[in-house]
Amino acid sequence: MTMQQIYLLIPLAPLAAAIIVGLWGPRLGRATSHRLCIAGVMVSTLASAWVLRDVLAGHDFNGDVYTWMTSGGVKFTIGFLIDPLTALMITVVSFVSLMVHIYTIGYMADDPGYTRFFSYISLFTFSMLMLVMANNFLQLFFGWEAVGLVSYLLIGFWYERPTAIYANLKAFLANRVGDFGFVLGIGLIVAYTGSLDYATVFGAAPVIAGTTINLLGDAQWSVMTAICIGLFVGAMGKSAQVPLHVWLPDSMEGPTPISALIHAATMVTAGIFMVARMSPLFELSDTALSFVTVIGATTALFMAVLGVVQNDIKRVIAYSTLSQLGYMTCALGASAYSAAIFHLMTHAFFKALLFLGAGSAIIAMHHEQDMRRMGGLKKYMPITYWTMVIGSLALAGIPPFAGFFSKDVIIEAVQLSTVPGHTYAQFAVTVGVFLTALYSFRLIFLTFHGEERFRHGPAHGDAHAQERAHEDPRESPWVVTLPLIVLAVGSLYTGWAYVGDTVFGDFFRDSIVVIEQHAGLAEMREEWHGVVPFMVHGLTGAPFWLGVAGIVAAWFFWSRRPELPDRIASALSGLYTLLINNYFVDRFNDFFFAGGFRRVGTVASEVGDRVIIDGFFVNGSARAVGATSALLRHIQTGRIYHYAFAMILSVLALLTWWSVR
Amino acid sequence: MVGPLKATTVLPYLSLAIWVPVAAGILVLALHRDRDAAAARWLALVGALAGFAVTLPLYAHFLIGTAEMQFVEAVEWIPRFNVNYLLGVDGISLPLILLNSFITVLVVWAGWVVIQSRVAQYMAAFLIMSGLTNGVFAALDGVLFYVFFEAMLVPLYLIIGIWGGPNRVYAAIKFFLYTLLGSLLMLVALIYLYSISGGSFSILEWYQLPLSLKTQILLFVAFFAAFSVKVPMWPVHTWLPDAHTEAPTGGSVVLAAITLKVGGYGFIRFVLPILPDASHYLSGFMIALSLIAIVYIGFVALVQPDMKRLIAYSSISHMGFVTLGLFLFSAMGVEGGLVQMISHGFVSAALFLCVGVLYDRMHSRQIADYGGVVNTMPKFAAFAMLFAMANSGLPGTSGFVGEFMVVLASVKANFWLGFLAATIMILGAAYTLWMYKRVWYGQVGNAHVAALKDLSQREFWLLGALVLAVLALGVYPKPFTDVMHASVADLLAHVAQSKL
Repeated sequence: MTMQQIYLLIPLAPLAAAIIVGLWGPRLGRATSHRLCIAGVMVSTLASAWVLRDVLAGHDFNGDVYTWMTSGGVKFTIGFLIDPLTALMITVVSFVSLMVHIYTIGYMADDPGYTRFFSYISLFTFSMLMLVMANNFLQLFFGWEAVGLVSYLLIGFWYERPTAIYANLKAFLANRVGDFGFVLGIGLIVAYTGSLDYATVFGAAPVIAGTTINLLGDAQWSVMTAICIGLFVGAMGKSAQVPLHVWLPDSMEGPTPISALIHAATMVTAGIFMVARMSPLFELSDTALSFVTVIGATTALFMAVLGVVQNDIKRVIAYSTLSQLGYMTCALGASAYSAAIFHLMTHAFFKALLFLGAGSAIIAMHHEQDMRRMGGLKKYMPITYWTMVIGSLALAGIPPFAGFFSKDVIIEAVQLSTVPGHTYAQFAVTVGVFLTALYSFRLIFLTFHGEERFRHGPAHGDAHAQERAHEDPRESPWVVTLPLIVLAVGSLYTGWAYVGDTVFGDFFRDSIVVIEQHAGLAEMREEWHGVVPFMVHGLTGAPFWLGVAGIVAAWFFWSRRPELPDRIASALSGLYTLLINNYFVDRFNDFFFAGGFRRVGTVASEVGDRVIIDGFFVNGSARAVGATSALLRHIQTGRIYHYAFAMILSVLALLTWWSVR
Repeated sequence: MVGPLKATTVLPYLSLAIWVPVAAGILVLALHRDRDAAAARWLALVGALAGFAVTLPLYAHFLIGTAEMQFVEAVEWIPRFNVNYLLGVDGISLPLILLNSFITVLVVWAGWVVIQSRVAQYMAAFLIMSGLTNGVFAALDGVLFYVFFEAMLVPLYLIIGIWGGPNRVYAAIKFFLYTLLGSLLMLVALIYLYSISGGSFSILEWYQLPLSLKTQILLFVAFFAAFSVKVPMWPVHTWLPDAHTEAPTGGSVVLAAITLKVGGYGFIRFVLPILPDASHYLSGFMIALSLIAIVYIGFVALVQPDMKRLIAYSSISHMGFVTLGLFLFSAMGVEGGLVQMISHGFVSAALFLCVGVLYDRMHSRQIADYGGVVNTMPKFAAFAMLFAMANSGLPGTSGFVGEFMVVLASVKANFWLGFLAATIMILGAAYTLWMYKRVWYGQVGNAHVAALKDLSQREFWLLGALVLAVLALGVYPKPFTDVMHASVADLLAHVAQSKL
């Protein structure tokens, strides 16, 4: 088998499984369906690992699979670019996907849509792999939209729930707003380079960097800035950056495996990956990098604050994801692309772990997600508990867990950044560390420690609540705990093992481009002396102690003095209302955009179409014709002498006119 | 003397494409046995299939890489006025003929069960309509074009007026008057061109005719009146939602998939090459109207309570991409407009068939009467989802291809054009998926929805055929665009050459 065939196999294996199970799943039965899908993803995972090994040996690839279309001298192709960045991404994507596939067997065991679910997640894996393997903007956009589609299908998986089908429409439309910018960015690229191919575009980038475009009034914009901001708006949609973040918390309406796969480890990282992939373009526009930095910082800080007040266990993790994506975006803005990708990778492990662990707790709680009705699960679910603790330590940035390395690098890189807005970003990512530790351990204490609040009788009196109250929670089956353990090992291991190579080494080679003026990461590289000195240095830094302070604070407020948070909340009720309502962004969007669009539509339809065009012009002219003919009818009397009289009058009139003329 | 074109084929495939369906239609009418409706149906289906079959050699034997008219047939018709039976296709008309003949098969099959009264007339109307439409796309003589152009109104008028809904008479008359008024002005323009060209009705000869800017503008207005109504462009679009809501399912399918394309085709065949200077002069006007159609109509579609009206408005918005693409005068824009026409043919046909599937069962087109259809019709919901996504322009479906090309071409022309055109990504998804949410998703809305039966075999394959078409064009559009390149390049050469 040639390498090219292996490349093809990576996306096609899950696609084949998705099609077969999607079409004939119910007939094949559950076991066959999940075996097929898992086999497909397993093939991808093994092939990806093989490709990663091959790439590390220095074998890159850039070639087309087929020509999709040609038009106006532009060639649209489907093709693969296999380099270190791609190889790393496909390995992470297919591996996390494999874990989620296995976990799903346990989590969705009772669901009537079991085979449909497997078909969707395999289709998702295919889409994401196409996205990261693309060597051109067409395929990138295909994968981009395809993950959006599957996310839409999966958030609305339980299509009978009004909240789920509200959330999936919202997610799709918020993503479409991002894609709108993305398409315009691609449009500018084609307009100025005449190509969709990465290599050609990157080659032409320095040439068009000096070109300007007249967008508003007489202001001249650098074309590169316009392109990069357009592309980044797309990334803001997919990677849920403020203000397009609104869809991600609601996407928790989907089943938990999806939250882990799509809304933590893969789809939301598409934007981060894309910007890193486009580093040869972004590097040429400081304005765009500054925009990226500010958006990322805002997301990192403000979403972390929201994580502290959530009561739904999955929503805590969702806001945490938003905040962490903000960190990655900040790193991109600081030209520390490799640090962003490294955090993407470590985050994929511990965030998938946290979601799947939360899912495990949710199963034990008979699909209750409110942490106020959990508590004390530690002794019933030791594996879930300890893996969750590992995940939380990693997220909080405590050494030697993975998150420590990736986050510390980002914070330092932001400090060394020089683009406008980096001071704000520095503040945001530093304060964010405290908040991250706070909400992570709030979750741990509320869920696994303290009183067994789930025994407090039926909250809404359904059968599940009854069961919760009377039965002891049980640890989940092995298909659930195995992925937890594997991911926990990943969360422990990926940090110190890979930070040297990926961030400070030459792992990415020329797949990521950084110009000399943006030398933050290069400076850090010179001070890099290995993992242990890095950790020791970290122990003396502010971020580490902020993280520890966050954990202690969480312990104090939610374990030692659990009555305090409520009191603080009522004392600061104004602030609390603002936070619990997500800064009223959703209300604003519902009123201004959703409502506003409908109002514009109604006016256009009722007034524009019905009254003005149809009422006045169309039916108006019909009525005018009718009225005129009603008048004229009086002349058509049918009496000869009337007509004769009219003829004589006319002849006289004509004669008069002629003679006078 | 018939002009510079000489017959180039052994078998008159184009004549067959026109007259096989017409003859089949007349045969169905002639046998006219309403007591034996089954025979009429089968005969009609055979006729439609035969009509489709005779168009396949057109594609198989089509020479890619030349802009010359192919399969030319030239026979004298009315020598006194130099009117000829002149047929030919290029890379622009060929896909439309194939589309038309393909859709005709689906439409005949779609009316299999629902139409129980005057089956023979119903089937005949569609077959005759199909042949006449092929005539429009193949005619290279002005008079011949006009005759087909007007004649195809009649079957459609009857389809709406006889098998339509309660308000069908208003809709049919509105449709007829709207389109007739436009085409009368076109007749004047054709006769004028005849007189100043020294007595030629050959459309291709008119391409070479020198015309002053003033003349060109007047002629532009006349052709615009005919074709803008057909497309339809804002603000002469209001006949379409009414015609769609009252038409039977098959009528809506043909109207959206085929009839609207005649308008776009007219701009390509007549306006751009014959009136290049006026086209440039008025391109800002055309682009503005197209953008209004895309944005304004997108908003209007959002609030429609009736599914057919919603899809009708969506059609207008999507057809805005066709006229926008044409008047950008770039290869990608024009080809994008053409691809959009083909894709819209598939997608709008599919969406109207989907509404038909629901209407046949519940006799309502109101979105509010549904909810949770996916619970009782899962297969159907899967099909509908795919078509909804195609309508939202998702890559991998045909809906994406044309939109993407036109957006790229418009950004190249002017960033803000692209900006406004790209709003369809948001608006299109908003109105389509919001409808999907309210009709298909959710809990079972009422007892009627609870009693729904999933697709029959016939409906399944009907929609299945369109799924294949939508995906084929979306995944591999190259065969479609390859056919167009040479003709589009030739067209653009004509547009670029001033006649002043």
